[in-house]
Amino acid sequence: MPNKLTPEREMSRRTRRGFMALGAGAVVAAGGWQWLNAGYKRGGDIPSPLRTMLRFNERVVRSALFSDDHLVKTYPSSAIGELKENGDFGLPDDFDADSWNLRLMPLGGGLPVSLTMDDLRTLPRHEETIDFKCVEGWSTVTQFAGARFSEFVAKFAPGSANAGYVAMATPDGGYYVGLDAPSAMHSQTLLAWEMNGEDLADEHGAPLRLAIPVKYGIKNIKRIGKIAFGDTEPPDYWRERGYDFYAGL
Amino acid sequence: MKTLEQKHRFATRWCHWVNFPVLSAMIFSGLLIYWAYDPYRIGARSVTLFHFFPDWFYDLTGINAQLARGMALHFALAWIFALNGIAYFIYTVVSGEWRELVPEQKSFREAALVALHDMGFKVPKPPQGRYNAAQRISYSAIVIMGGLSLITGLAIYKPAQLHWLTALVGGYEWARFEHFWLTMGYVGFFAIHIGQVIRAGWANFRSMVTGYDLVEATTIPETEELVNAE
Repeated sequence: MPNKLTPEREMSRRTRRGFMALGAGAVVAAGGWQWLNAGYKRGGDIPSPLRTMLRFNERVVRSALFSDDHLVKTYPSSAIGELKENGDFGLPDDFDADSWNLRLMPLGGGLPVSLTMDDLRTLPRHEETIDFKCVEGWSTVTQFAGARFSEFVAKFAPGSANAGYVAMATPDGGYYVGLDAPSAMHSQTLLAWEMNGEDLADEHGAPLRLAIPVKYGIKNIKRIGKIAFGDTEPPDYWRERGYDFYAGL
Repeated sequence: MKTLEQKHRFATRWCHWVNFPVLSAMIFSGLLIYWAYDPYRIGARSVTLFHFFPDWFYDLTGINAQLARGMALHFALAWIFALNGIAYFIYTVVSGEWRELVPEQKSFREAALVALHDMGFKVPKPPQGRYNAAQRISYSAIVIMGGLSLITGLAIYKPAQLHWLTALVGGYEWARFEHFWLTMGYVGFFAIHIGQVIRAGWANFRSMVTGYDLVEATTIPETEELVNAE
């Protein structure tokens, strides 16, 4: 340094510079926070920068972490707890079980197929006792039994096995989920008609629900009425209300 | 005659000041998530001394009913928290500064003296380097806690894909419990840290911002020349 400063003046110079940098950092941080949360309203969708980050995380997890071979932990029957009902969207009281059937829309817009419970019961029955995890943070060990979704597709919608996404909805369309195909085709994903050793109760989605333990509970749709296959991301009830589309565990 | 002395390198200050707002936002968004299922308390059996958290706390802070926003914020800012923490860890190891940070054998004995001294008891303060014994222990602990928050957080975030990690920390429910109490640990650390920073005074705080402190010149000429040459 050509002009020698006294240590005191050097210190005040560094102090001025240091606190200006800290102040600038605080402004950037506050601005970043504003930007991240801009337009947020309680109960609505999340702001777009946050959505972008959820998408980014989804890409990271799907490409680097998710594997068919990663199985969720299973438990003995003695560990089963009592699963909360926790949501009745798309489950009206006046549901007529006798007129229920499953409408299947194959990939590429082929003819819809209608299936009954008897059709589904022709598939091999699988049973699994897993920890059902709610997005709220609680979890309950629960046993489900039914058909593997992958085997269901192989038998009833073989032409849709390569679809990128699966859409499912209740018969009245009041609740609907979108699923990435790798998660839907995971070996622990079941179309379940039994829970904890009994036929599915109405409040748990009789006659047929999804048990997909690689996802949060919000994706485990109750009372499936329609299943469609496609290559674009399907609408998703909780995605539209601010949650992560992927919601994978 | 006074002279300038470098107290904290740029990397340390950078990581510290980035971490402060990011960790604050992580705690805030963590509370938004925790609200949706808030089982933890201080108590035993049917006696609850304190429930985390009472309704008045949620009402006062307005953190109720924002789970989706909390998750989105948490999983976005976790990247900065993790990368900043990892950068600090690598810097501290590679630079050799860990030697001034990690507790020594005598630190645990001396830390009690430091604490007593700082509480106003008339005990001598043990000699220290950059950090005193109590600082060595608490600052090392906070770095380890940061690592544990990252690990338990990932164990909750992907318990299926990272099942081995979830198992390592005792399972899904334990991971959430540990993650929560680590956070409470930060809150406790923060309270003591702020108190100590206020006690230590302006020059100490300034050194965390500028990196330098004005000290009475020592008689070692090389040091003076070095500083003046800057």
